[in-house]
Amino acid sequence: MVQYEPVIGLEIHAQLRTRTKLFCACPAEYGAEPNEHVCPTCLGLPGALPVLNQSAVELAVRAALALECQIAERSVFARKNYFYPDSPKGYQISQYTEPIALGGALTIDVEGQARRIGITRVHMEEDAGKSVHGAAGDSLIDLNRAGVPLIEIVSEPELYSSTEAAAYMKALRDVLVYLGVNDGNLEQGSLRCDANVSLRPVGSTTLGTRAELKNLNSFRFLARAIEVEIARQTSVLDGGGQVVQETRSYDPERNLTRSLRSKEDAHDYRYFPDPDLPPLRLDAAWISAERARVGELPRAKRQRYEAELGLPAATAATLTAHPATARLFEAALARLDQPVLVANWIVTEVLRGAELHGIDARFTVSAEQLAELLGLLADGRINGAQAKEVFAAMENTARQPGDVVAERGMQRLSGEALRPLCVAAIADSPSQAAAYRAGKRNILGYFVGRVMKASGGAADAKAVSELLEALLAE
Amino acid sequence: MSIEQHDVRHLARLAKLALDEPDIPALATELARIVEYVAELAAVDTTGVEPWLPGAVPAAPLRPDTPARGLSAELALDQAPRRRERAFAVPAFVDDE
Repeated sequence: MVQYEPVIGLEIHAQLRTRTKLFCACPAEYGAEPNEHVCPTCLGLPGALPVLNQSAVELAVRAALALECQIAERSVFARKNYFYPDSPKGYQISQYTEPIALGGALTIDVEGQARRIGITRVHMEEDAGKSVHGAAGDSLIDLNRAGVPLIEIVSEPELYSSTEAAAYMKALRDVLVYLGVNDGNLEQGSLRCDANVSLRPVGSTTLGTRAELKNLNSFRFLARAIEVEIARQTSVLDGGGQVVQETRSYDPERNLTRSLRSKEDAHDYRYFPDPDLPPLRLDAAWISAERARVGELPRAKRQRYEAELGLPAATAATLTAHPATARLFEAALARLDQPVLVANWIVTEVLRGAELHGIDARFTVSAEQLAELLGLLADGRINGAQAKEVFAAMENTARQPGDVVAERGMQRLSGEALRPLCVAAIADSPSQAAAYRAGKRNILGYFVGRVMKASGGAADAKAVSELLEALLAE
Repeated sequence: MSIEQHDVRHLARLAKLALDEPDIPALATELARIVEYVAELAAVDTTGVEPWLPGAVPAAPLRPDTPARGLSAELALDQAPRRRERAFAVPAFVDDE
């Protein structure tokens, strides 16, 4: 039987984090009352003219630069014509033959291997409205989302498994969230994915007929939908049939894909340049300046943490999973140059109480508080147990660790302060002292334990051990 | 240019129009005449002529990303043939997007 390999390309729509819509000043925020954010432009009322949002252009360019694309100095908005109840104008303003960016790449890591996945294009477009069904013979339309700015990022068909497809979407999300271009909220639909899936005989270089899977809105659904679609196409081909080019929808409850429209109904969008919008022209010098502002991307950051800071891969991955976590780490590191100590405290203590939702992040301590606390720990002024106590005391407060330490009398005991405790421990246990002196050296731990207990945990165990040895040798 | 009856049906489907079957042959003839008329433009030699840009504006003006109040939901919905509470109401359809 012929062996097939899947070939997958992804089209990802990412909502740009602007305050207003793409062509009008209506707020772009999510979650308002239905039809609260509408105006003549996004309602498609006669005579209303679109004016392009500068911030949307900047975010689109920033994303495209991070994806190593060529930015077009001239791009053109086109009308994509179709009639649908959630599109009040009868067309969507998009970009077609002259998009804002072409030809980039995104590197993903799958099973320890780095792979560069080609990006065909990035174009800007407006979102449609939202429809709600099931209201007694009616469908209800909310146009708050109509006109919200999106970029569509189209990959080359260079992904060869559901795992690679999910890794690509995850890597893309990380980049977009890092750049502040997108809030990363899949559940709110601010990042949406369609997948083109086809099969070809292993060894073949021509692409098979593809099916387009719509709206795969979680990493898990994306992988599962691609897997069941691969299985479906394999059984069609194995049965001597042919894959039909069509759009299919994934049904997560039944774990299958089903056909949405037949070829006969395939859309004929009749694109043409929007006469209401002159071409978008970007200055080469401005593009260069934007390129300089892109900064370090999550994958490069992760690699740097491992190679230069000596962090384990898992720790580096945790610290770079959210830009705010990486910022906190770097801000603390700027104050206390102890990467492993700072990293371990963030991964264990800080992230435990952190709230990370999409691009929003809230930590219970500041970088300053954390660095000062860990500085006290590193200097031996408090021990690990005390550091945790101080940490808990300053969470969600503006209190400084030094103040908490002073207030609780936590100064760690060392040097001469330990002597009376050690002398007392030996005096209280003459038989153990005699045993030690007779050569039972491992009994030292017994004395250390007593001194630690007597100090309420504040003694420096190493210093206690050294002092006891000296006293017992007298 | 000839317009076949199946072209008319295809266009009607894209335009979400419900045509009466008996009207289709006449529409095919009329559409063909319209297309022929517009096609006369193709006779003009446009070699070396730059595409016309709207309003002679060379580049799209950009707008600062500052929110402004548009229409109230009440006023917006008032323009619609049908509404249900705060939403525009349309005959029920199944999402195919």
